[in-house]
Amino acid sequence: MKGEKYRQGLVISTIKDGTVIDHITGGEALNVLRIIGITGTTQEMVSIATNVKSTVMGKKDVVKIGNRELSREQVDRIALIAPRATINIVRDYDVVEKKGVSVPDTIIGIVRCPNPCCITNAGEPIQTRFVMEPRGLVCSYCDWVLSCDITSHFL
Amino acid sequence: MVKHIISTRDLERDAIDTLLDKAITISKKWPDNRPLQGKILGLLFFEPSTRTRMSFESAMLRLGGTCLNLGGPEVSSVSKGETLADTIRVVNGYVDALVLRHPRIGAAQMACEFSRVPVINGGDGSGQHPSQTLIDLFTIRESMPLDDIQVGMIGDLNYGRTTHSLAYALAKYEATIHTVTPDGLGFPRSVIDNLADMNLQIIQHQTIEEIVDELDVLYVTRIQRERFPDVASYLHVASGYRIFPELFDNVTKNLIILHPLPRLDEIDPGVDSLPYAKYFRQSDNGIPVRMAMLTDVLG
Ligand SMILES: [Zn+2]
Repeated sequence: MKGEKYRQGLVISTIKDGTVIDHITGGEALNVLRIIGITGTTQEMVSIATNVKSTVMGKKDVVKIGNRELSREQVDRIALIAPRATINIVRDYDVVEKKGVSVPDTIIGIVRCPNPCCITNAGEPIQTRFVMEPRGLVCSYCDWVLSCDITSHFL
Repeated sequence: MVKHIISTRDLERDAIDTLLDKAITISKKWPDNRPLQGKILGLLFFEPSTRTRMSFESAMLRLGGTCLNLGGPEVSSVSKGETLADTIRVVNGYVDALVLRHPRIGAAQMACEFSRVPVINGGDGSGQHPSQTLIDLFTIRESMPLDDIQVGMIGDLNYGRTTHSLAYALAKYEATIHTVTPDGLGFPRSVIDNLADMNLQIIQHQTIEEIVDELDVLYVTRIQRERFPDVASYLHVASGYRIFPELFDNVTKNLIILHPLPRLDEIDPGVDSLPYAKYFRQSDNGIPVRMAMLTDVLG
């Protein structure tokens, strides 16, 4: 029983239906919630565990969201700040789908370009576009390199 | 597929060579058969740039085509708040190709995503200026092969888009770039990173005297007064980046001096008569190079 592990193994309560995001980089749980649009005022039942001991990661965060399954685009966002996260879709206490996150090569419409002179900051009907390179996210329009504090630039 | 010319970074070396070859053919023998007769080139300039606009216009007329001045913000719908994307879609119906000059970086890239006709980037903010770069390369190639050359760049490399554009192109020819700039006016971080990714070597120098004798090309740029709080501090800084005839006493015979023009006082007029001075030649080359670009996208 795959669900068994989740009923017993974690420090926060089990969920019947929804999403468990595990192996989040320690301390990033609240940012993960923020970028998938969950604030204190939304309806979901959310439990958060931060700095849980992890044999693989040292410390990790875990987030459980009741009655909600994440879209591809939301998963991509998570990958940007927690590249080792795993997404478990839970239905009736069982994990019915388990997927890793993968940082997409091109990130469209998720991050705002910090360059005030960039055409993407001029009210034009276009989405921002960044290409993932080893030195960071590179704006396809102005070449600006976004290498740290990506969370504060999420749209 | 519609062909655009947006950035020298995206252009393959082969494509650059083909454009330069075409420009050489044109400069040797002016086409007399009006190859672009019946074609209309739209000039969409959101920033003043008489030189770039007039030379594209002249190039188009020499090819037998006509130009439609689509005006700047003061005469277009932009002052009524229209987006650039909408302007592009509308003027697409009027012309066969567009030259766009815009103050924002990435404007030409965006424009080509909305355009059904070819877009030539006539300069986007501090981004790219591919026609100027092709002119620079063309002028260098008149004096020496483009491979493996030592290029000095002096002046404002931060805001100067011509130097960014040229550096990206030179990276494809394994050049080494030597920079001499005031504090704060070196290449922007993103340009340095991109050039490093392209394996272009950049060496910084304190003074031009240190390196001038080893250069094949010296590219001089304007240091703009508006970058400084007052005239006194501008004059103080700019005076250290001015070039004089005596600087060239021991240089290699093949050295060429380029400048995108207009110049302020960064090149002493005494330099003009030296055999190294090629900046007016470079300016003349603007016509055949732009003719080559126009036939390339419209041919
Ligand atoms: Zn940008």
